[in-house]
Amino acid sequence: MDVLIALWQGILIALEPINLGLAVIGVVVGLFVGAMPGLGSVNGVAILLPFTFVIQSFTGGATSPMIFLASIYYGAMYGGAISSITLGIPGASTAVATTFDGRPLALAGRAHVALVVAALASFAGATVSNLLFTGFAPLLADVALSFGNPEIFALMLLAFATFVGLGGDDIPKTLFSICFGLVMATVGFDIISGEPRLVFFDITGFTHGIRFLVLAIGVYGIGEMMWTINTSRTGTNMSKVEVTFANVFDAIKQFKQAWRGTAIGSALGFFVGILPAAGATPGSLMAYGISKMTSRRSAEFGKGALDGVAAPEAANNSASTGAMLPMMTLGIPGSPTTAVLLAGMVIWGLQPGPLLFTDQPEFVWPLIGSFYISNFVAVTVNLLFIPVFLWMLRMPFTILAPLIFVLSLVGTYAAYMDMFDVWLMVFFGVGAFLLRILDYPLAPAVLAIVLGPIAEPKLRQSLLLSDGDFSIFFTRPIAGPITVIAILLILLPLFKLIRDKLRKTA
Amino acid sequence: MRIAEIVTAIFLGILSIYLMWKSGEPPSWNPDVPRFANIGFIEGEGPGSGFWPFWLSAIMLLTCIWTAVNWYRRLTPASQSSGQFLDGYGKRMMLVVGGALFGFLALIHFVGFYGAIPVFMIYYMRYLGSHGWLLTLTVSASLTVICFFFFDIAMRIVLPKGYLEPLFIPLYEMFL
Repeated sequence: MDVLIALWQGILIALEPINLGLAVIGVVVGLFVGAMPGLGSVNGVAILLPFTFVIQSFTGGATSPMIFLASIYYGAMYGGAISSITLGIPGASTAVATTFDGRPLALAGRAHVALVVAALASFAGATVSNLLFTGFAPLLADVALSFGNPEIFALMLLAFATFVGLGGDDIPKTLFSICFGLVMATVGFDIISGEPRLVFFDITGFTHGIRFLVLAIGVYGIGEMMWTINTSRTGTNMSKVEVTFANVFDAIKQFKQAWRGTAIGSALGFFVGILPAAGATPGSLMAYGISKMTSRRSAEFGKGALDGVAAPEAANNSASTGAMLPMMTLGIPGSPTTAVLLAGMVIWGLQPGPLLFTDQPEFVWPLIGSFYISNFVAVTVNLLFIPVFLWMLRMPFTILAPLIFVLSLVGTYAAYMDMFDVWLMVFFGVGAFLLRILDYPLAPAVLAIVLGPIAEPKLRQSLLLSDGDFSIFFTRPIAGPITVIAILLILLPLFKLIRDKLRKTA
Repeated sequence: MRIAEIVTAIFLGILSIYLMWKSGEPPSWNPDVPRFANIGFIEGEGPGSGFWPFWLSAIMLLTCIWTAVNWYRRLTPASQSSGQFLDGYGKRMMLVVGGALFGFLALIHFVGFYGAIPVFMIYYMRYLGSHGWLLTLTVSASLTVICFFFFDIAMRIVLPKGYLEPLFIPLYEMFL
C-alpha cells in the first residue's frame, strides 16, 4: 500500500508542467535519435547529459534532469522501429530483430500496420515492466541495504563477469576493454592515500582524472558517428507509408493478432534487461526467437508476421526498464545507457544504491512515476507524429553528422569548462572507432569507468578488513555465492571450449 | 586486417607495460620510496595506491598476449581476414572527417567556438555534403547563434572566443 501511495505521489510530481514538458521533449528527442540509423539511446543520453546541468540549474533538483534523460531512453526504444520498418536499417541495435518482419511488411505495402503494432507492443512491454519494476525495486533495495563492502565488490565483479561469460564478444578483447576502463578510472589522485596516480607526462589536465563523460561522448558521439559514416556508404530506400486515421484505426484492430509476441516480449524483456551485459538487444532477439519457436505459424516469421514485430519491440522496451532496476537499487548499471544515467545521478549529487529509496524518496518515486508518464507520452507522440518522423528520417547524414560533432565538442566543454577534456574526448572517439573495426567491444570500458571509482575502494576496504585475505569474498553468506557465480561466468567460455573439443573428438 | 590486428595487440601490450610501470611510481614528495612499493599490501594501510591499476594493467598485458596467440592460430575473424583495415573510403574518411575534427579543435584556440563552428559546418556541409550555399549558410549561422544565446547568454557558460573576444563585448552589453 505504501508503494502505491508513493507511486501515486510520484506520478503527480511527474505530471507537474515542467516535468511533463521535459518528458515530452525527451520523448521527441529520443524518438528522433532512436529512429536515426547510427544513433541509439546511449548516444542521445551521453551527448545530451551535459545539457541537463542547464535543467538542474533551473529546477534546482536532480528529478527533472533525470526525467528528461529517462524520457530520451524511452523514446529511443520506440524510435528504433521506425527506421527498421521504413528503411530496413535498424535505428539502433535494439531494433535489429524488428527488421526481420517489419521490413517485409513495409515492402508488402503494410508499413503503417507494422509501425502501429510496434508502437502498441512497445507500450504494452513498457507497461508490464513498469509494474514489475514498481513491485521489485523496493524489495531489492531492502535486501541490498544489508550489503557491505565485500558484497558490493562481488556484485561489481558479477557485472563484469556477465560481459565475459554472456557478452558474446571476443573474450580477451572484452577483458582488455573492462580493465582499460577501470585503469582510466584511477587516473588522478588516489582518494584513500591522496597520492597522484597515472598523471601522464605530468600534464596537469590528468590530475582531475579522466571524467566519465569524456570517454562516453568520445565513444558514443565521435566514435559512433565515424563508424556510421564508414559503414553506411550506400543510399537508403525508404518505403512509402500512407498514414491516415482510417489506416491507423485499421492497424490498431490488427494488433490483437500480435498478442502472443507482445506477451512473450514483455515478460522476457524485463528479466533479460536486469542482467548486466544483456539488456535490450539480446532481449529483443531472444523474444523474437522464442516467439517464432513457440508459434503455430512459425513459417510466417521473416515474411511479415505481426508477432515478429511485436515480440522484439515489447522486449526492448521492457528490457530498458529492467536495466534500470540494478542501476537504481544496487548502483550497478545493466547497460551502457544506464551507466550514463548512473553517472548523471552521481554528477547531480546522488548516490545510486539501496539507500536511494530510503534517503531520496522525493527523487525515486517521481522518476518511477515518470516511467509511466513517458511511456504514455511516447506511444501518443509516436502514433500522432509518424509522418513527422518519416520526414525527419530524410535528413541527410551530411547535416546530422556535423551537428552531432559540434554538439559533442560544445557539450563536453560546457560540462567541465576545460579544453583539455575536449581534446581527450576527440582522441578517445578516434581511438574507439579504430578499435571497433578490430572488434574490441567498447561498452565494457564505458561501464568500467563508471564502476571503477566505486569498485576500487570497496575492494581495498574489504582487504583492509580481512588483513589482505581474499577469502573474505568467498566466506560471507551473500558475497560468497555471488563471487562463485561471477567466477563461473568468467570460466563459462572455457567450459564451452572444452565441451566443443570433447564433441569433436567423440 | 590481419596485420592491423597484431600491430594493435603489440601497441596495446606496450601501453599495458607502460601503465604497469607508471602505476608503481613513488609519490614525488617521497623519492626514497622504491618504485613498485605501492602495488602490494601495506601493513595497516591495506592495498597501496598502485595495487589496483598495476594488476589491472597486468591483466591487460595478458589479454594482449592472448589476442596475439589467437592471431597466430587464426582464431578470430580479424586474424582470418584478408581485407584491408581501412579501405580507400575509410582512409579518406579518416583524413577528411578526423582531420576536420582536429582542425576544428585547433581553430577553437584561435577564433573560439563561435568562429570554429561555422567554419566546420561550412566545410562539412558544402565540401563533404555538397549542399547548396543557402542551406549551408542558414544551418551554420543558426547553429552558431543558438549556441551563443543558449550557452553565453542564457546559461552564462562562457565558451572560449580566442582572438574574436572583442567582437562579443557589444553583444554582452546588449544582452547581459
